[in-house]
Amino acid sequence: MTAPGFVLRTAWRESRAEGRRLGLLVGAVAMGVAALVAINSFTTNLRDSVRQQARALLGADLSLTSRRPLSPRVEALVDSLGGCAGSETPCGATAFVTDFAAMAYVPRTTGTRLVNVSAVAGPYPFYGEMLTLPRAAWPELQRDRRAVVDPALLTALGARVGDTLALGEARFVVTGTLENLAGEVGLRSAIGPRVFIPARYLDETGLLGFGARAERQAFVRLDDPGSADAVAKRYRPELRTERVRIRTVAEDEEDLNEALARLARFLGLVALVALLLGGIGVGSAVVVFIRRKLDTIAVLRCLGATAGQVFAVYLVQAAGLGLAGSLLGAAIGVGVQQALPALLEGMLPVDVAAAPAPRAIALGVGMGLWVATMFALLPLLAVRLVPPLAALRRACERTAAPRDAWRWPAAGLLAASVVLLTIVEVGSARTGAVFAAAIGGALAVLWLAAWLLVRALRRWLPAGWPYVWRQGLANLFRPANQTAAVVLALGFGAFLLGTLFLVQHNLLRGLAATGGPQRPNLLLLDVQTDQAPAIAGWLRERGLRERGPVPIVPMRIASVKGRRVSDILADTARAPGSEPANAWALRREYRSTYRDTLVASEELVAGSWWRAADGPSAAISVEQDLARELRVGLGDEIVWDVQGVELPTRVASLRAVEWARFEPNFFVVFAPGALEQAPQTLVTLTRVEDPGARGRFQRELAERFPNVTTLDLSLVQREIERIVDRVSLAIRFMALFSLATGALVLVGAIATTRLQRIREAVLLRTLGATRRQVFRIALAEYLALGLLASLVAVGLATGAGWGLARFFFDDARYWVPVPALAAIVAGVVGLTVLVGLWSTRGVLDRAPLAVLREE
Amino acid sequence: MLKCESLSRTYLSGGRELSVLKDISFEVEPGGFVAIVGPSGSGKTTLLGLLAGLDRPSSGRVWLDGQDLADLDEDGRARLRRDRIGFVFQSFQLIPTLTARENVQVPLELAGGDGAGAATELLERVGLGDRGHHYPAQLSGGEQQRVALARAFSNRPRLLLADEPTGNLDAETGGVIIDLMAELNRQLGTTLVLVTHDPDLAARARRTIRLAGGRVVADSGA
Repeated sequence: MTAPGFVLRTAWRESRAEGRRLGLLVGAVAMGVAALVAINSFTTNLRDSVRQQARALLGADLSLTSRRPLSPRVEALVDSLGGCAGSETPCGATAFVTDFAAMAYVPRTTGTRLVNVSAVAGPYPFYGEMLTLPRAAWPELQRDRRAVVDPALLTALGARVGDTLALGEARFVVTGTLENLAGEVGLRSAIGPRVFIPARYLDETGLLGFGARAERQAFVRLDDPGSADAVAKRYRPELRTERVRIRTVAEDEEDLNEALARLARFLGLVALVALLLGGIGVGSAVVVFIRRKLDTIAVLRCLGATAGQVFAVYLVQAAGLGLAGSLLGAAIGVGVQQALPALLEGMLPVDVAAAPAPRAIALGVGMGLWVATMFALLPLLAVRLVPPLAALRRACERTAAPRDAWRWPAAGLLAASVVLLTIVEVGSARTGAVFAAAIGGALAVLWLAAWLLVRALRRWLPAGWPYVWRQGLANLFRPANQTAAVVLALGFGAFLLGTLFLVQHNLLRGLAATGGPQRPNLLLLDVQTDQAPAIAGWLRERGLRERGPVPIVPMRIASVKGRRVSDILADTARAPGSEPANAWALRREYRSTYRDTLVASEELVAGSWWRAADGPSAAISVEQDLARELRVGLGDEIVWDVQGVELPTRVASLRAVEWARFEPNFFVVFAPGALEQAPQTLVTLTRVEDPGARGRFQRELAERFPNVTTLDLSLVQREIERIVDRVSLAIRFMALFSLATGALVLVGAIATTRLQRIREAVLLRTLGATRRQVFRIALAEYLALGLLASLVAVGLATGAGWGLARFFFDDARYWVPVPALAAIVAGVVGLTVLVGLWSTRGVLDRAPLAVLREE
Repeated sequence: MLKCESLSRTYLSGGRELSVLKDISFEVEPGGFVAIVGPSGSGKTTLLGLLAGLDRPSSGRVWLDGQDLADLDEDGRARLRRDRIGFVFQSFQLIPTLTARENVQVPLELAGGDGAGAATELLERVGLGDRGHHYPAQLSGGEQQRVALARAFSNRPRLLLADEPTGNLDAETGGVIIDLMAELNRQLGTTLVLVTHDPDLAARARRTIRLAGGRVVADSGA
């Protein structure tokens, strides 16, 4: 007896005639779905590309990496894995690469630049191809003292193919440039462009002396590539004791995916926000729609339609429009997706081919349909309560509808939907819950603010104000006012945009703070102790101020609180083969220093700074997060292995360190007295203002002290800024969808009461109000609404931004850019007034009666 | 076929009880033609709403074809209207987003059918056979009311209730509507109960019930 034919036909006929008015609903859904489809398709593309290119990224089936030269045992293992045991080396299935940073110098142009040198032995890579220009440069690299370089290096040094490149004491001829370098992402190559040389000339450079950091890698091609993971699993425990990391293609792919997924998830959340905002737009569109449909609903009820049938008609209609919006959005999203790889260019380790991702499209359309239906549900409930008697007498509209018991289940369904959608989008129940709670909290605060405003105005609206202002403000608390609707919709949009802006601003600001005018911008690394006086003198000759030198002593942890590291790592309480979460902290190489004062980038958070070396064990100060990882506190003992000598120490204090500042910062600082005799290198900082002079300085230094590498911090800073700019561009791009939806929502929210506003305006005009007065009344009302919504939103965003900075990005400092926030407030207020006044357009210029007839 | 007994309706208005109808009783036989007349505020429209089951009486009962409306829930009364009652309103109340034919089809579709053929036939009967594809806004007031009449008769109701059917029309157009209603009453045997101010219309009825202050003050058929 539900007459589905009637429901479907009526739903269709009703929307056919209302096309223009329902465009808002379709548009609100379309924007969010477009954002979702674009970002999710892009993520799918990215994953596919990583999967296809993962093997070429690693270049082999297995890689073994260590900070120390590989022991004969490890080399033997590599040979046996590659099936080369006993055969002549190099064998066809193994390759060795040594990576280190050094200063490259081109005598012809006198250009100098910090580079990342890779000394290659063996047929690397086994998979993928090193594309060079000319093509023969790579296969012929091993023939002589040759180098293949990143073209960016040639540009930086003003050099060309055929030039001689000096690395330390050795000379190489540049025979080609790299056309593609799989897996190379932004920062690293910008700090030091890659230079490939044959490994057998490595010793000639004389660069790998004491304290020099180099990474040794061995690459293996297996006869059976499918066994890579099993092989890695079998040898991992043994290699760990040698401090060698073993990696497979699958693990590499997983790590890469995880890193990329984080950005994708964040962008996905931004897109989801747009869709949810669209949901609010759907809600207000439905409210307006139903208000227009009261007569029709009442007549249908008079003609014998049941409440359920009428409800079904409009729910089907909302769902149908939601579907239309979703399909439109999916089409837009597929278009936008093409733009995303270009937007993130230089940040992606693989080439991403934009291709439609059917699953992402289906998911987007499904989510759009679901959001439209769920957000329409709540206002649609009112349809069931329209009395058929309203067809006979209009007055019935006004009688208060009885409390609807279905409201709460519907609201619960809506809340559950938000949580569910977030979980689907980010794939984490916890994030879903936190996100939904944050949205709920923001909406609650906005609603509360609106409620308080209404209450406060009703009570304290000053009687002495001019009539138009009183009238305009009184509109905010009159029956059927739009205060809550507009403040919620507008405030929510402004809140999201404000939060995005604040997070981005703080991330950028944290990095920009490093670029002060008096801060050092050149870092001199690997200075040997006997070179220190010469370098100090050399700097003085040039009138440069020296900061430092800061001594650096490489060391490892031997034991913590009396337990040997090897024992802790081998603890049998865990599953065999697994490691404690803090294994990295126990095993890593520490580069510690000693000094008697705190520096600007650190702060004492526990204990006291040393007065003088006292007691049998040396005092150390540990960075607070590391202390947590190592589970040590004040007074605990750590024994260090300093180049084979065991040095017992005691934790005397904990420090908070601002790592973002480009200064020599340390996990562990020793009190003076304990490390002076230990083998060490020095780091010196200085500042050279002019970029040209900076280049000359680096060149002269490289000539005089070839083992000293200089790092141009301004270059690093520029590169970081470039990357942050890229990310924020992507975020802002996605936020655009929220902004567009927010504007639609605003139009929708204001439209919810447009009819009533117009009736009132006409009545006022009939009673003799001038156009100017009616205009001012509307101005006062929308000004107040915009101000309230934007101020509360910006306040909320400031809080949310602080929370994110503090707990998510782990940054204790927080800047609130007042002028920028004021601009957001001004923008929102302006938009509100504009849309509000636009919605009363026509009322002002025409005869009152004509307006009434038309509506 | 339509019977009401001791009908009363009170509303709460500003905290006071407002008695709109007091103790109304009458019965209408099948095929009857009754006009309910009376000054503004005498309770005419409220009475019509109660007879159609659009509203519940504060006390008293209504039977339609022996069915006590009080025994039906909201949806039951909706079904009763769908199957047995036709409606004509003063302001026509055509659904603005549906064409004339679609408006006429609604009651038939609600009953689970299609009704396109029947709708065309009904429109021809009220002289609008060629206007079926027009929207209400494209029709004059008289034409709209004729469509409303066609709609009211589309489900072959046993009872037609009309609220000031000529109230928004000029005298001449109103006359056409009255003729049509009388004709349909005669041909189909539909019982007519209408509320009106229009003396011409009241004069065409075979029985007049006069209300004043919520009470029946005169009943020509009693």
